[in-house]
This record gives sequence, C-alpha cells and structure tokens, in this order.
Amino acid sequence: MSLLGNLSLDAIPYHEPIIMVTLAVIGVIGLAVVGLITKYQKWGVLWHNWLTSVDHKRLGIMYIILALIMLIRGFSDAIMMRTQLALATNGAQGYLPPEHYDQIFTAHGIIMIIFMAMPFMIGLMNIVLPLQIGARDVAFPFMNNLSFWLAAAGAVLINISLGLGEFAKTGWLAYPPLSEMSFSPGVGVDYYIWALQISGIGTLLTGVNFLATVFKMRAPGMKLMQMPIFTWACTWANILIVASFPILTAVLGLLTLDRYLDFHFFTNDGGGNAMMYINLFWAWGHPEVYILVLPAFGIFSEVISTFTGKRLFGYTSMVWASGAISILGFVVWLHHFFTMGSSADVNAFFGVMTMIIAIPTGVKLFNWLFTMYRGRLRITVPVLWTLGFMVTFSIGGMTGVLLAVPGADYVLHNSLFLVAHFHNTIIGGAVFGYMAGFAFWFPKATGFHLNERLGKYSFWCWQIGFYVAFMPLYVLGFLGMTRRLNHTNNPDWNIWLYIAAVGALIIFVGIILQFVQLYVSIRDREQNPDVDGDPWNGHTLEWSTASPPQFYNFAVLPKVHDIDAFTDMKEKGIEYQAPDEYMPIHMPRNTAAGMQIAGAAGIVGFALIWHIWWLAIVGTLGMVVALIARCYAKDVDYYVEPQEVAEIERAHLASVATVKEEAL
Amino acid sequence: MSHSAETTSHGSVKSYLVGFVLSVILTGIPFWMVMSGHFGKSVLFYSVVSFALVQIVVHLKYFLHLNFSVKGRMDTFAFLFTALIIVMVVGLSIWIIYSANAMMM
Amino acid sequence: MSAVPETLKFANEHGLHADDHGGGHHDEHQDTGGNTLFGFWLYLMTDCILFASVFATYAVLYMNTDGGVSGKDIFDLNFVLVETAALLVSSITYGFAFLYAHKQQKAGTLLWLLVTMALGCVFIAMEVYEFHHLIVEGHNPDGSAFLSSFFALVGMHGLHVTAGLIWMLVMVLEVLKRGLGAQTVTRLGCLSLFWHFLDIVWVCLFTVVYLLGAM
Repeated sequence: MSLLGNLSLDAIPYHEPIIMVTLAVIGVIGLAVVGLITKYQKWGVLWHNWLTSVDHKRLGIMYIILALIMLIRGFSDAIMMRTQLALATNGAQGYLPPEHYDQIFTAHGIIMIIFMAMPFMIGLMNIVLPLQIGARDVAFPFMNNLSFWLAAAGAVLINISLGLGEFAKTGWLAYPPLSEMSFSPGVGVDYYIWALQISGIGTLLTGVNFLATVFKMRAPGMKLMQMPIFTWACTWANILIVASFPILTAVLGLLTLDRYLDFHFFTNDGGGNAMMYINLFWAWGHPEVYILVLPAFGIFSEVISTFTGKRLFGYTSMVWASGAISILGFVVWLHHFFTMGSSADVNAFFGVMTMIIAIPTGVKLFNWLFTMYRGRLRITVPVLWTLGFMVTFSIGGMTGVLLAVPGADYVLHNSLFLVAHFHNTIIGGAVFGYMAGFAFWFPKATGFHLNERLGKYSFWCWQIGFYVAFMPLYVLGFLGMTRRLNHTNNPDWNIWLYIAAVGALIIFVGIILQFVQLYVSIRDREQNPDVDGDPWNGHTLEWSTASPPQFYNFAVLPKVHDIDAFTDMKEKGIEYQAPDEYMPIHMPRNTAAGMQIAGAAGIVGFALIWHIWWLAIVGTLGMVVALIARCYAKDVDYYVEPQEVAEIERAHLASVATVKEEAL
Repeated sequence: MSHSAETTSHGSVKSYLVGFVLSVILTGIPFWMVMSGHFGKSVLFYSVVSFALVQIVVHLKYFLHLNFSVKGRMDTFAFLFTALIIVMVVGLSIWIIYSANAMMM
Repeated sequence: MSAVPETLKFANEHGLHADDHGGGHHDEHQDTGGNTLFGFWLYLMTDCILFASVFATYAVLYMNTDGGVSGKDIFDLNFVLVETAALLVSSITYGFAFLYAHKQQKAGTLLWLLVTMALGCVFIAMEVYEFHHLIVEGHNPDGSAFLSSFFALVGMHGLHVTAGLIWMLVMVLEVLKRGLGAQTVTRLGCLSLFWHFLDIVWVCLFTVVYLLGAM
C-alpha cells in the first residue's frame, strides 16, 4: 500500500495532446495572474478584502467570477462536442476518442449546472437579496463565506480531474450500475461524487442561511407579502434547496458506500436496485431545475417592472405561482424516467402533474405581458434578455409539455429532442435570466456601467446562436438521433449537425463579446460611473444605497410600507434623508476559517478519490478542529463608529445631490 | 436579554416528565405487542405505525417545544412543510419502485 | 479598482472591537440567538429529509435479502428495547441539563450533561456491539441489499449520536471554562434540538426497522 494511495505519475494523461495543451494554457494564464497580482502588490487586498470577506456583496461577486470561469470551461466542452459531431459524420471518427468524449459530456453537464448556473444564481442572490430586504448582511455571514469556499473546493476538484486521472464517463447523472465499481473502476466517478458532494453541502448551507435571513432579518415594517419579487423567487428557490439537496447528499452517500465498501444499494448483484438511485437522483434533480429558474423569473419580474416604470402586475399571483411551482416540482420527478416501465397509473400521475406545472408558469408569463401593457419599455440590455427569454422559454416549455406525455416520451426519451428541450429551458430560462440580472445589477455591485452597445451585440449573438444551435437538435431527435453519440453514420443527420455547430460558434462569439464588454467596461469605468446609486429609477431598496453599497448597507435600517419600498419613499419625497444622528453599527469581522474548513474538505475529497486514507483522516480532523476553533474565536465582530458612518453617508448624499442638480 | 423572550420555548420539569412518561408508554405498548406474538400482521402494522406517529407528535410537543405561538410558528411551519415533502418523496418513491417491481413479476 | 470607494476597501481597519462597547448598543439585528436557533432548526429539517431518503431506500430494499438473512432472523427486540430505554432517558436528562442552564446553575447543568453523555455512550456501545456481533456471524453489510440498507440507516443514526456526544463534550468544557453566557445557552439550545431530534429518528427506526422487521 503506497503512501499516495492509487496516485502515481501515470495518472497524468501525457498521451492526450488536447488535455496537455489545455493544461499548459491554464498554467500560463495562472502564472500570468499570479505575476500581475504580485507586480501590482495586490495580494494583501485580495486576501483581506476578498478571500476572507464575510460581506455578502463581495461573496456575490466572487461567486459570479467563479461562475464565469467555469462557464469558459463548460463552454469549451460544449464547443468540442459540437465540432466533434460535425466532423465525425459518415462513419468518420472525429478527433475525440470515445473515452475522452464521454468525460467531456459528463463534465459539461455537471459544470454547467453545478459550477456555472448555481454559483451565478447564488452570486446574484448574495449581492441583491439582503439589500432588497433592508438588512445589513445575511443571518450567518461566516457561514456564507464557508458556503462559497465549499463551492470553490468542489470546482477545484473537478478541475484537478482534468490533469490528474480522469473524470466520470457516465453522463452527468452517473447512473448505476454503470457508475458502480464493476463498470467504472477508475477515479472518474469518485471525482464526480466528491466534487458534487462538497459543493452540494455548500449550497445546502446557503439555502439555510438565506431562509433565516428573509424570515428573521427583514427591515422594520416589511411583511412577508411586501418582500420584493426577486427576494420571494429566491426564497422559494432556497426552500427547494433545503428540501431537495439532502436527497442528493443521501444518494451520493449511498453510491459512495457501494463504491468504497462494497455495499449493494444499486448494484446488479446482491439484491441492489439501480432504479432507486435514478429515483432519488431525480427527486433532487427536478427541484434543482426550479432552483435554477425561479430566481431567473424573479429577475425578469424586477427588470420588466423597472424598465416599464410600472408596478409589477399581479405581485400576489406571482408569489403564489412560484410557490405552486415549488411544491409541484416535488411530484413530477418520474417524468425523467417514464421509460423505466413503472405502472400505467404511476406514469399517468406524473405526466398529469408535469403538465399542471405549465399553469403557474403561464400565470407568470401573462403577468409579465400585462406589466408591459401600456408601459413605456426602455429597451436596455436587461430588457433584451428578458424579451428573448419570454419567446425562447415558451418554446422550451411547450416541448416540455410534449415530453410530459408518457407515450411521446417513450419515443423521444434520451434523444436529442430532450437535449434541445432542456437547453431551451435552462439557457432560455435560467441563463438569460442571470445575464439580465448581471447587466441589471452590475452598476449596483461595482459602481460603474457595462458597455451598452457590446452588451446588445452579445445578446443578439446568444439569441440567434441559440436557435441555430438547438432547433436542429429537435429535428435530430425526431430523426432518431440519441444523445451522447460519439460519431454518426446517417447522411440524413449531417446537415443538422453542421448547422448546430455553426450555432455553437455564434454563441461562442456572444460569450467572447461578453468578456470584451467586461474588459471595456472596466477599462472605461471612470467615464461611466453610477454616481447616485439609482441608475434605472429602481423600485426596491437596493437602489437606495450607494454604488457599490456602503459596507454596512444601510446606515439606518429603512422603514418599509410598500412592496416597492424605494418608489414609495420617492413618492413621499423621503428617499435621501439624513437622520438626526447615527448609531454604531455592529459588523462581523473577516475570517480565514471558511477557507480553512473548505480547504480541508477539498483535501478529504481528494484523498478519498485516490484512496490516500491517512490524508483523509488528517483532513477530517483538520475540518473538525478548524470548526471548533472558529466557534471559540474571540475577535469576530466590531462596531463602526457613528462619525465614520456619518462621513460615508454625507459623501453619498452629496453625490446624489450633484446628480439631481445636473438633472435640473 | 434573550432569556426573557425564550422562557416559553424551553419547557419545564413538568412538561419534560409528562413527555417522558407518555413516550415510555408509547414505546412500551408496540414493543409488547410485537414481542408477545398475540396479534395478526395487519393489526400489528397499523397499531405499531400509529403509536410511532403519536409518539413523534409527543416528542415534538414536549421535547422540541413546537407550538403555534407567534414566536414559535415559523419552526412549526418549517416542520410541517418538511413533513409534507417527506411524505411525498418517501411515499411516491415507494409507489414508483413497488409498481415497477410488480411489473417485473 | 479605483472606482471602489476607499471606505469599502478594508472594513476591518475601522471601528473598535465589539467587546469594547459592552452590551450598551441597541442594534436592530441583535437577536442573534433567535436567528441561530431558527437556522439550526432549518438545518435539522434538512437532516430529516436526509434520513427520509435513506428510510425510503430501506423500505424499497428490505426484502432484497439475496437469499441471505432477513430482519426476522437477526433482530433481538429485548436488546433494542434496552437501547431505546437508554436513549429515551437521555432525552429527559438533557432536558434537565437545559433547564439548569436556563437557571444559570452551572453544577446542575454539568451533572445532567454528564449523565446524558453516559447514557449516549451506553447506546453507542450497544450499537457497536450489535454491529460487531452481526459481522462476526457473517452478516456483513456487503451481504445483501437488505443488510446494506440496514447498516447504512442504523449506522447513520449512530454517527449522528456520536457527533452529538462529541458536541456535548465540547459543551461541557465550554460551560466549565466560560460559564453560562447567552451564547453558551444558545448553543446548548441547538444541541437540545439536535439530541431530541435524534430521538424522533430513533422512534422511526425502531418502528420501521426493528418492530416491523421482526414481525
């Protein structure tokens, strides 16, 4: 038994030129970043102000940076798959051998869902939610930092798999018996398990944290049915996180026992039942897609009501529609495996329940349309994403209703029709929503605007590219092409595969334009500042703060009387009033404990993947010790003095005043 | 400061004793029913499950102090929602897999 | 980034430590004990669903004995009854500890915490004995799907109880060193929820696994 378990130099894939080049590029970029940070002497800033920060706004920005980095990785996988399939027609083998291709589609799924969409959503929620409810921070700021680092630890593990060993070749669902030891003896599935498990626990803590925040920390006077609609959407998503992520934890734990200790939950022999994995996985997996999309719905609601300059139509129905979607989201999961062949009653029940979900979703769509009705819509970047969503998501929703018919599903299951459907809803619903939210709240988070023109170009590339890339997949599904094929030999399919590859390239241009937009906007930040903190004439409390917000958010907690609390203040003319005196503000101190605990968790995961048992024990002890040490840390909070608050507030009110004068 | 607010939520010697006695009874009867061997299968099944459900409610009330007061309501709602999810997930899972098993007989 | 105002750059440089101020300040968000208890309760709800998932797995797999033993062959209800008694009594003794903590009586708190720990240790020791006994008899967790799910479900509860005992040990040390401050009492409150919650899980366990299994 080696001291390094199963780990040896053979684990590095020297023979794969694509991977080695990728690693080299990552190495060069990494060194360049390290060099630049050193050159500009930013290590201290990075450490004290960001990595150890417990400020929800900074954690939100770090979540979004993580999401963007993982977007690059996930999209690289996507473009490789599309080019492979465009090249490997008529029996040609293409450039990606099956064992590599299988890892790519698995990694693409996991990365896009767990390490791109989730951090993006949680990042936006972090930045906005506490501000919207008039709170100074989340209920448990340290735990928020820990959640971020757990997500990051999972992301690190999945990226290590690129250069050390392999990733799972099972598809992003890791269905047994394929994912069992007898069929996947390598470390790929173990990377999958531990990356998902560690980041999943981080997400679970986030859900608990934000629920405690909205239920316990709302501004004085804010009733539950006065919370801004994005906050409500996130609250439903958090309820779903808290209710569904434990199922993922459990099912991954059971698969772990199967793989590591030879248990028989999902094996072919010993009386195991693989369908129970699939059942539990989707009991998490289906709520998970609503976790992704509900906050996006909330963003669209905010964007539409802000840029039409109107109240949201049907606030109450919107809240309850989200609630209905959340509850119904727990009784539809079997539609992911109609073809397992349970009884007709079971299939009928889940088919009907799935179709019923279209009703609350339809309610939402009509609410957005009625909000726009007779409004004056300002066509900004967030609005473009929203309009794009309304059309695209409707198509995705309708193909979903089609798939909810068990009979139709038997034909289309595991075909590219399904792949087209869920990309249609996740890109057209969730990702478009996050892009809208990104453009909408960017000035709030950073203090300067995004370049509008590049944002519009990027949107159109995404929008057009999406249709060119995914509509052909619907056709291919009807033509009988199943998902996860490495190469094809059917002349009827070729043209659609070529078109889809072109579509992926157009989206690629859209993504590049987004990064160019980010670069140009940061470069020109002095020219495009958001001076008064309210660039869009917003409705809710986050726009009442400076941009970026004061580190304590609110010098005096606002008194809330209305859903659109900030609009209400503007109407009463009390939006920028300085109080008679400021009180000291209680703030949490930054801490490295989150990094220590999550770092130890990452080490435990790595050790277990490679069967380095001593390191797993050391890492576990490290986690426990770091946690207990944190519980008994003394210097965890401080007070901001009233004079300092007064100075910061005076500066903010002064800049608001200059903007008002210029407007006159 | 927080003590005065919490006096209602941590119980008293009496409430703990009441809860304890009830839970001893509710544990003792089902154990006796199963161990004595006097009862038929379906009678046993329904009574054992019923005793367990009642005992869960007793524990929630006397040990975990769940209630519908303004202060404790949120905890109770959180539990009721969780119970709903558990009934749905466990119940539907069993229905799904048992039906599938039946199809394979 | 120069657009970031100076005030945002390093929050920690500013202000004094909270302790320097004592409890004089009134902050709107000062009710952190309530937040902690509510947050911990939400965590327990997630734990409920974690257990429920494994219960569902057990319910689906308990008949899959792969020709090996079933619950009827290996369960000893007398033994389980003693385990149950230890856990139930530990519930009320923890309740007494918690009541003493609220009355700010250190000795009573510590005494009842230690009694609770002793009962918890009895439970864990009995469970370890049961598992060991089964494995010696050749009924390993890798024997069948039934045995896998039995060991996983009961073992998961056992691991939770063990974690609770470690936590209790830490709390005993905290009470000894720091006394019964507001934060300590809040933590004892969280542990109280945890400990009583594990009791409820055990009620489900002895009902579903042992009683229905031995029927």
